[in-house]
Amino acid sequence: MTTNLEMNVPTLAELTAQGESPEIVFWVGCAGSFDDRAKRVTKAFVKILNAVGIKFAVLGTEESCTGDPARRAGNEFLFQMQAMSNIQVLNGYNVKKIVTACPHCFNTIKNEYPELGGNYEVIHHSSYLQQLINEGKIKLSEGGSFKGKKITYHDSCYLGRANNIYEAPREVLQALDADLVEMKKCRTTGLCCGAGGAQMFKEPEKGKQDINIARTEDALSTGASTIAVACPFCMTMMTDGVKNKEKEATVQVKDLAELIAEAIK
Amino acid sequence: MAILQQILFLITLGIAGFFIRKRINQIRSTISLGKVTTLTGSNQERLKNVLLVAFGQKKMFKKFIPAFFHFFIYAGFLIINLEVLEFIIDGLAGTHRIFAPFLGGFYNVLMNLFEFLAIAVLVACVVFLFRRNILKVTRFQAVEMTRWPTLDANLILAIEIVLMVAILSMNASDQILQTRDHHYTPTGTLFFSSFLTSTLQHFNTSTLIILERFAWWFHILGILGFTIYVTYSKHLHIFLAFVNTYVAKLEPKGHINNMPVVTNEVKSMLGLIPAGAASAPAEPGRFGAKDINDLSRNNLIAAYACTECGRCTSECPANLTGKKLSPRKIMMDTRDRLEEVGNSIANGGPGLNDGKFLLGDYITKEEINACTSCNACVEACPVLINPLEIILELRRYVAMEESGTPAQWNSMFQNIETSFAPWKFSPADRFNWAKDSQ
Repeated sequence: MTTNLEMNVPTLAELTAQGESPEIVFWVGCAGSFDDRAKRVTKAFVKILNAVGIKFAVLGTEESCTGDPARRAGNEFLFQMQAMSNIQVLNGYNVKKIVTACPHCFNTIKNEYPELGGNYEVIHHSSYLQQLINEGKIKLSEGGSFKGKKITYHDSCYLGRANNIYEAPREVLQALDADLVEMKKCRTTGLCCGAGGAQMFKEPEKGKQDINIARTEDALSTGASTIAVACPFCMTMMTDGVKNKEKEATVQVKDLAELIAEAIK
Repeated sequence: MAILQQILFLITLGIAGFFIRKRINQIRSTISLGKVTTLTGSNQERLKNVLLVAFGQKKMFKKFIPAFFHFFIYAGFLIINLEVLEFIIDGLAGTHRIFAPFLGGFYNVLMNLFEFLAIAVLVACVVFLFRRNILKVTRFQAVEMTRWPTLDANLILAIEIVLMVAILSMNASDQILQTRDHHYTPTGTLFFSSFLTSTLQHFNTSTLIILERFAWWFHILGILGFTIYVTYSKHLHIFLAFVNTYVAKLEPKGHINNMPVVTNEVKSMLGLIPAGAASAPAEPGRFGAKDINDLSRNNLIAAYACTECGRCTSECPANLTGKKLSPRKIMMDTRDRLEEVGNSIANGGPGLNDGKFLLGDYITKEEINACTSCNACVEACPVLINPLEIILELRRYVAMEESGTPAQWNSMFQNIETSFAPWKFSPADRFNWAKDSQ
């Protein structure tokens, strides 16, 4: 269980001072650093890394916003200022491999930093967890608490359509032995949670309904007791949606990392 | 009599050619108003997209029923055009079914295939008219589907039906005439039109000759007229969809195009390059897009390649929840503005300097602000159109030239500038999560 796992978080500065370098840099992201709900995902992922014995490091206070919301809201100057200074830090440490639990950070660093001089191998935590499971490094307890329980997976746009990652998160969930049920709109036709494109940071335009409510309805109609997400923004939107529908007592919204951390041996 | 027909045909062909050429030139020069973009990535991958997505109709088949019927119209268009070639040669040379003697028995097979396609096109067009006007499929009923777009769609279907009827009645009367007059080259039995022969059998030969000639002329004039019409219509996708699948972006959909002008300025601000080196503007002009000339030529080709099917809008989360944004409308507005500017220039008018702009006069901020950049529209488009690229360019203009983004976004910008996070937290607290191990 999560609480039993140890948490040890070295920074890249500390490791470098000791003359060491990590196998991966865990890019925490702004939500993962500051948002209370997303912080629990960050910790769950760290606990998995600790349990598996992966040599990793975080940037700590040296990390800053990738610039994704600024770029998508049209402020290219601000985006590039952020990108350049992040790239300076990452290149300064000679970083090669980055893992992040945020699909927005993942997309920006992977697809948009190379043009500005930042070239790294970037992996989203869903693919990384899948890899660790497949390699047998993550061992899940048999007959776990998810056995036979209905879980539905909500595709993050920035993983799915944006980067064609549809199967990795599903394979992670299947490893839990859960009953994975799909929403009608899934994979390439998955409905956005409503937070992308910097919408997370403003009220929606006038309309009939908020997008996260529509998506929560999709998820609830599957009858699943767990809505699995792989993005901190989706987490916020779906959690709000479940609360709006007054279903928080029976339906939980969980990140893949939390589900794995709960089931790890 | 025959020579008169040949002269008449030559004149008709010349007139049609003149108008078609004029329209092609205008469309080409309007597209040239856009910014030149160099195509990156492998040429092979681009050709693969043309083959699979345009020729192979791969993405159409995400919705099977419309794809199935559309496939017949598409195949009919490609293949029946071989017959148009024969029409043109016959018209100019005063011959009748000039290919028949060369192809022998195969000519009969070919004609039967054409007739099958003609019937299939006819059925498909009826089904489509039914879907649009009786079933009223939701995506054809949106607010942007005003009078002209609705009429345009119905006109195309009606014209295609009439053209197919003309081909079939021509073949039917021709088949009877083959038995009465040796001038008519035997084609062998043509399966579908032979059903019509019994009703035409009692007409005398001269009536049938007139009917056959009338149907021939009607069909070829129809085809020529239709070709001119297509250049004014959403139906231009039959040509530009192929071009669009070639020029479409190859990067992952999450990637947003970089602005090298900004990169230079940011680098000099950060002292990464000498300040002087960046001061010469690489390309003068606006940041982002206010009008069509600020968009890339690829965006403008895409606007002409759009056939207003609305698959994008029917997947758009903002549109589905009642916001004003419709990706289809973004493409239609871009095209309408292109046509307005193009026509103005062609008539010696002010062109781009008419005081109107794509942003504001066609597309509102409320629309572009509602986009979640989820790429559902891009994924849905059967011909690889990217409405998101246009939306982002418009947002860039609003943010960088007008400072007109919504107040909450401005606060977010400020937070990133001062706290290096979109929320107002102290950057010194960024690593605090690790202190609490629970």
